[in-house]
Amino acid sequence: MLRFWKCTGAAMIAYGVLSGCTSGESWKTHDISSLVPDLAFTLTDDRGRSVSAQDYRGKVALLFFGFTHCPDVCPTTLARLARTIQATDGGRDDVRVLVVTVDPARDSTAVMHEYVQAFGPQFVGLRGDAAALEALARRYRVAYALGKPDARGNYEVTHSSAVFVFDREGRARLLFSSKDTPAATAEDLRRVILDSSHGAG
Amino acid sequence: MEGLLTAVAFLAPWEFSPTVLLLCIGALALYWRGLRHARMAERPSLSRRIAFITGLLLVYFVMQTRFDYLSQHMFFIHRLQHLVLHHLGPFLIALSQPHAILADGLPARVRTKVFERFWRLPVTRFTYQLFQNAIVAPLLFVGLIWFWLTSRIHFNAMLSAPLYWVMNWSMLIDGLLFWFLMLDSRTRREGALLGFGVRIFLVLGTLVPQILIGAHITFADRDLYDVYNVCARVWDIDPLTDQQLGGLITWIPAAMMHVIAALILIGRWARSDRNKMERTSAPSTSYVGGK
Repeated sequence: MLRFWKCTGAAMIAYGVLSGCTSGESWKTHDISSLVPDLAFTLTDDRGRSVSAQDYRGKVALLFFGFTHCPDVCPTTLARLARTIQATDGGRDDVRVLVVTVDPARDSTAVMHEYVQAFGPQFVGLRGDAAALEALARRYRVAYALGKPDARGNYEVTHSSAVFVFDREGRARLLFSSKDTPAATAEDLRRVILDSSHGAG
Repeated sequence: MEGLLTAVAFLAPWEFSPTVLLLCIGALALYWRGLRHARMAERPSLSRRIAFITGLLLVYFVMQTRFDYLSQHMFFIHRLQHLVLHHLGPFLIALSQPHAILADGLPARVRTKVFERFWRLPVTRFTYQLFQNAIVAPLLFVGLIWFWLTSRIHFNAMLSAPLYWVMNWSMLIDGLLFWFLMLDSRTRREGALLGFGVRIFLVLGTLVPQILIGAHITFADRDLYDVYNVCARVWDIDPLTDQQLGGLITWIPAAMMHVIAALILIGRWARSDRNKMERTSAPSTSYVGGK
């Protein structure tokens, strides 16, 4: 019977670790710091320059997968992020939103540039070839799929609604989903900006 | 031609694992060598061979093809993956009782000097008996299903590559342990760890909590597994439909396999009883003489 209790104890400890009940102040959004790998990619930005994750070290980076023809999820999410960034101390200078297109066939560099500029100077459009995009989706475990084109050449695109938050050192910290309230998102974003500015200084 | 290319692309691993590949090839090679070395009378029947190879290929298929990608992004496909890893694959492998053939497949020196020595080590025996008994084995079997289906843990397992592997490996290893313990073709007197009666009780007893977990997911009126919304589904189906399908897969096919296992065990129990009765009722001289 002792054996049984030992196992139960071990299982409960494992449960605690895996469900992420760490000590300290809890986050309002999803803590992914021990789950998701650091920010890493090599893509082309909306000015046609080849960029990598290194170029965004020193900024809090928000990674989002979308496409410019997106009717609802992308504009809503990005507009909400724009408002949050404007309202957060240090948001305008210290945050970059990296919008990776999952539809590079329609989203040329120029189209991406025009699209992200509408949300603010903190927004960067990124595109890559099929292999680069697949590698990035595999790394962050998100799905995307392009549907069959209709008579007018329009097609449905499935993509993730998640916003992955990386601190100034490129470490994964939080995941914002559409279920998080703007207040929760703003508060946690402010904490990451403050946290990592201490860490860097 | 395009269809063929799509099929080939589907069979390529989504996240290549040398461990899975080497283990599957290693098991097949050992089995093949074992079959060649075994004497005619000791060779397993064709159905047992098919069961072993099918079980192994199923496990490989759900772990090392695009099926794995779908499992990461559709809840009901994930449930199918775990049905194979925890039930169907190990069930078929255990049903084929491959131990003797696999051991025969090892080079003689490795078998006696390494494998058999390792197997006799007190640590090995202790660890094996720690898990393979009437209390821990069923608790672990049901506990793992429950654990990985807890909303928060499920969310984390689907976001983290290492945690995802821990999840799938824990299901596969536990599936093998459980079904090898349950489907042992020997009686307790012949060396099985548990008697037929206890095993029938355990196989049916572990069925009940799985029905409860499956029904809980199927009838939930809210989305329990938000991670599929956040990271996107591959097919655009309603989240609740996905969840209900997943719940039904957790519930019905799994339950059916436990019933099948119970029927197999009842059959074996009856046969072993009949053999025992024949042995005790027949005079020993004629038993020997008859052969």
